[in-house]
Amino acid sequence: MYLATLLVLVAIPILAAIFGQPFWVNAATRIVIYGIVAMSLDLIVGYGAMVSFGHAAFFALGGYVAGILLTNGIDSAFVTWPAAMLAAALLAAGVGALSLRTSGVYFIMITLAFGQMVYYASVGLKMFGGTDGLPVPARSTLPLIDLRDATVFYIVCTVVLVAFFVIASRLVESRFGMVVRGAAESERRMTALGFPVARYRLVAFVIAGAVAGLAGALWADFSRFVSPDMASWTRSGEFLVMVILGGIGSLAGGLYGAAVLTGFESLFSGFTEHWMLVLGIVLILIVLFAKRGIYGVLAGRRHD
Amino acid sequence: MLQFRAVCAAFIALLLLGTSASAADPVKIGFITTLSTSGGYLGEDARDGFLLAMAEEGGSSLGGVPVKLLVEDDGLMPAKGKEIADKMVLQDKATLFTGIIYSNVDLAVVPGLLAGGATYVSLNAAPSQLAGKGCNKNYFVVSWMNDNLHEATGQYAQTLGFKKMVLLAPNYPAGKDAINGFKRFYHGTIADEIYTSLDQTDFSAELARVRADQPDAVFEFLPGGLGINFLKQFSQAGLKSKMKLVLSAASLESRIVSATGDDTIGVYGTAHWVQDLPYPANKKFVAGFIAKYHRDPTPYAAMGYDTAHEIASGLRAVGGDLTKADAFRAALKKANFASVRGNFRFGSDQEPIEDWYSTQVVKRGGKNEIVTIGKVARDLGNAYTSLCPL
Amino acid sequence: MTLALEQTLNGLQFGVMLFLLAAGLTLVFGIMGVINLAHGSMYMIGAYVAATSAEHGAPFAVAVLAGAAAAAVAGAVVEAVVVRRLYGRNHLDQVLATFGLILIANDGVSIVWGRTPLEMKIPDALAGAVPIFDISYPVYRLLLIACGVALAVALAFFVARTRLGALIRAGATHRELVGALGVNIVQLNTIVFALGALLAGVAGALLAPILSVQIGMGEQVLIMTFVAIVIGGLGSIRGAFVGALAIGLVDTLGRAYIPVLLRAVTTPDLADTLGGGLSAIAIYVLMAVVLIWKPRGLFPVSSR
Repeated sequence: MYLATLLVLVAIPILAAIFGQPFWVNAATRIVIYGIVAMSLDLIVGYGAMVSFGHAAFFALGGYVAGILLTNGIDSAFVTWPAAMLAAALLAAGVGALSLRTSGVYFIMITLAFGQMVYYASVGLKMFGGTDGLPVPARSTLPLIDLRDATVFYIVCTVVLVAFFVIASRLVESRFGMVVRGAAESERRMTALGFPVARYRLVAFVIAGAVAGLAGALWADFSRFVSPDMASWTRSGEFLVMVILGGIGSLAGGLYGAAVLTGFESLFSGFTEHWMLVLGIVLILIVLFAKRGIYGVLAGRRHD
Repeated sequence: MLQFRAVCAAFIALLLLGTSASAADPVKIGFITTLSTSGGYLGEDARDGFLLAMAEEGGSSLGGVPVKLLVEDDGLMPAKGKEIADKMVLQDKATLFTGIIYSNVDLAVVPGLLAGGATYVSLNAAPSQLAGKGCNKNYFVVSWMNDNLHEATGQYAQTLGFKKMVLLAPNYPAGKDAINGFKRFYHGTIADEIYTSLDQTDFSAELARVRADQPDAVFEFLPGGLGINFLKQFSQAGLKSKMKLVLSAASLESRIVSATGDDTIGVYGTAHWVQDLPYPANKKFVAGFIAKYHRDPTPYAAMGYDTAHEIASGLRAVGGDLTKADAFRAALKKANFASVRGNFRFGSDQEPIEDWYSTQVVKRGGKNEIVTIGKVARDLGNAYTSLCPL
Repeated sequence: MTLALEQTLNGLQFGVMLFLLAAGLTLVFGIMGVINLAHGSMYMIGAYVAATSAEHGAPFAVAVLAGAAAAAVAGAVVEAVVVRRLYGRNHLDQVLATFGLILIANDGVSIVWGRTPLEMKIPDALAGAVPIFDISYPVYRLLLIACGVALAVALAFFVARTRLGALIRAGATHRELVGALGVNIVQLNTIVFALGALLAGVAGALLAPILSVQIGMGEQVLIMTFVAIVIGGLGSIRGAFVGALAIGLVDTLGRAYIPVLLRAVTTPDLADTLGGGLSAIAIYVLMAVVLIWKPRGLFPVSSR
C-alpha cells in the first residue's frame, strides 16, 4: 500500500501535465504539506497518546518565521526552513514542559490554551499583519533547483513527506519509540522499569512540533501568505480530524486523512453549497463504523 | 493488487472529479465573495445584484457575450480567498474577477491577481493600499474608494454641527480607512477612537466607554451583522436618547434598518446610492430587484448591478475576446453604462468620481426607510489620485 | 467608578449566561465521560427557534420556552442517534463525531433559515434602562443576570434535593453502581443530555435579542465554555458556576481595561488590537495557572 501511495504521489504531476490541469499539482502540494503536519501529530497522538489540541500553533509559528525572514530578504531554504523548525521546537519545548504535567482531557485543554495564545499573539502583532495576514514576497531558494516551479516544489515537499515517514517509522520501532508507546499504555510500568518517561515524552512532543514548523515554512513558500488562522483552534481540530480519519497510529494515515479532508472540500464545494453537511455525516459514519479510519479500510480487516 | 488499484483509483477520482470540464466559449468571471458569517448577506446581495443584470440579458450573458459566473465563498478569511483565487486562475483559467466584499480579503487576493495579469473590477472593497501609488491599469473600482465612503460622513457631521464625537471601526484595513476618511473632513473634537474586532458580537465594553466619553454624536463603521448588534445594544444602553448617530452607507442600509426596527429612527447617514434616487436606471434596478428577490436592495446589490453593467460594457466592446487587453481596458475606463447613481465616471486612477447624498431614517407608512435629504458632496474624487501614475 | 460598575455587571451577565452552557457541558462530560463539541449547536438551535417564534408573534416568554424545548428535543435525538454509541470510546473519536455534528448543525440551519442573521426584539416592557447608582443599566441585561442566578439555584436544588438529581450525582461518581442498582442508565443518560441541551437552549434564546443569531454562534462560545468547566473541575456544577463567572468577569473587565491601560503607552489602534489580544489570552492564562496549581480544576469531582 505504501508503494501504491508513492506511485500515486509521483504520478500526479505527470497526469497533470498530460491533462493540462496544473491545478492538480497545486491541490496535491496542499495535501502533502497538511499530510506532514498530520503525520507529526499522529506521532504523539497515535503512539504517545498525547492528544494535542494546539498543534496548529507550531505549524503557524514555522510559517510566520519563514514568512518574516523571506519578507526581510533572507530567502535561502537552508536558513528559512531550519529557522522555522528551531522556533517551533523551542515553543514545543516550553509548551510541552508545562502541559505534560497534566494528562487526559486536561492535557487537551491546556494545549488548546497554548494554541490560542499563539493565535491571539499573531492577531495582536500588527507589524506582522495581524488578522489581515502577511503576504510572503518570494519563495525560499535551494541551490540548483528552481523552487518557483510548481512541480519542482511539489516534488520537494513530497520528498520531505517521505523522508519524515521513514524517519518516524524507524523512530516508533526504536527503543525511544517503544518507551513512548509503552508509557501511553502504562506510565507506571515504564517508570518502574527505570525510564525517564517525562523526558522521552517531551522529546517526542518537540520532534512533532518541529516537523509541524517545517510544514509551516513549506506552507509559507507554497501559498505565499501566512495568517493567524493557521494557528486557530479549528485548524488544530482539523489536523486532529485528519489523523483520526486516516487512522490513528498508522502514520501514513495522516496523509490519507489530509487528502480526504482537503479533497472533500474542493470536490464538493463545486457541486453543492452544503458540502459541510455531507462531510459531517461522513465523519460520523467513519467514527461509528470504520474505527481504524481510512488506513484501516485500505489495509483490510486482517488485524481486527 | 486490489488495494493498489483501489488506492490509485481513489486518488485519481478525487482529483478528476474536483476539476470542472473546461469549456472554451463562455467568458469566466471569478466572483469571490463573502457568503457566510455575519457579513454573509453582503456577498449575497452583491451576487444577486450582479445576477439581476445578467437576467436582463437572458441569464447567462453580459454585453451580448456568454459568461459563466464562478461564485465562491471566502468566509471572510483572507487565506481562503487567496486559495479560491489561485484555483480559479489555475483550474478555471479565469482572467476577470470581481466580488470581494471585505478589504482584508481584498488585499490578500487582488495584488496577486493583478501581478498575474488578471483584471479586477471592484464592486465593494477599495482599500487605500490599492489607491494612489498602488493603482494598476487592470484595477477598476465601481463602488467607492474606501475613504470616500466616510469622508462624506465626516463632511455631513461637520455640517450638522457636532462639536464632540466618538469614532468606532473594526480593526482591519477598511476600518482604518474609515477613521482616516472621516477625520479628513470632520474638524470638531474627537473624544475617542475605538477599534473593535471583526467578529465581535457583544459591544458592552465599547458602549461603556462611549457613555463615559459623553460625545454629541457617534460615528461608526460596522458593516453587516456587526452593525446590527451594535445599534441594538446602543439603543438598549439608553445611549440613543443622549447622543446622535451619523453613519456611512455600509453601516446604514436596508437590511440593518429592518433588523434594528425603531432603534434606528432618526439616525443620520450618507450614501452614494439611496433606494429613492430618481434616476431611470435606479428605478429599473429597484423594481427588478424587489420583483425577483422580494426584499429591498442594499448598496451592495446596487454595486453588484452597476459592476455587471460596467463589465458588460467592456465585454461588448471586445466581443468577449479578452486577449484584446488594451481595447478591453480602454472600454472599461469609459464606464459607458447607465449607473443607478446617475452621475458616475472614473478618475484618472480608475477610482470613482461621484456624488454623495445625506440621508436619514424615517418612518413612512409604518415602515422604516432611508430617505435622501440632500447632497453632501458633488463629484468627489479621492485623496490619493495625484499619486497614481496612470 | 461608574464605568467599573457597568463593566462588572456586564461581566456578571456574561458569566451567568456562560454558566447555563457550562452546566450542561460539565454534566455530560462528568457523567457520561463524553466530550461534546456539539453543545454549542444546541445553544444555536435555541436561539434560532426562539427568534423565529418571536417573529411569528409568540410572546417573549413563550418564544424562550420554545427555543429551550427545541434544543432539548434536538439534544435527546442527538443522544439517541449518535452520542449513545460514543460512551466508552476514546475522547478522540468523540471529538471527531461531535465535530461532524457541528458541521451538520451549521449547514442544516443554513438550509432551513438561510445565511442571513436573524433578529429578535426585546419586548417593550424590558427595553428600557434603570438607574443604578450613577449609571443607567439596561433592564434586559439585569433580567439575564436574574434568570441565570435563578436557574443556577434551581439546578443546585434539583441536583441536591431530588431523586433524579441524586441519581445524576451518583452517576457522576459511581456509574456502574447506579446501573447495578437497577436504574435505567440509558434513560438517565438521555435525560442528562437533554437537560444540558435545554440549558444551552435557554441561554441561546435569552441572548438572542442582544447578540446576532447566526450560523457558527455556538463555536464562538463553546471554547470559553470548555475553559470554564476545566477551571471549575469537570463534572462539578458548582465548579461550572465559579469557572463561568471567573471567565465572564476576567474577559469583560480585561477587554474594557487592558486597552485603556495600553493607551498610555501606544497608539489607539495598536492599543485596541493588542488589548483585545491580551484580554482574549487572559482567560487561557487563567486556565493554565489554575491547572498548574490544581491539575483537576477548582472543585474536582472524584471519579470512578
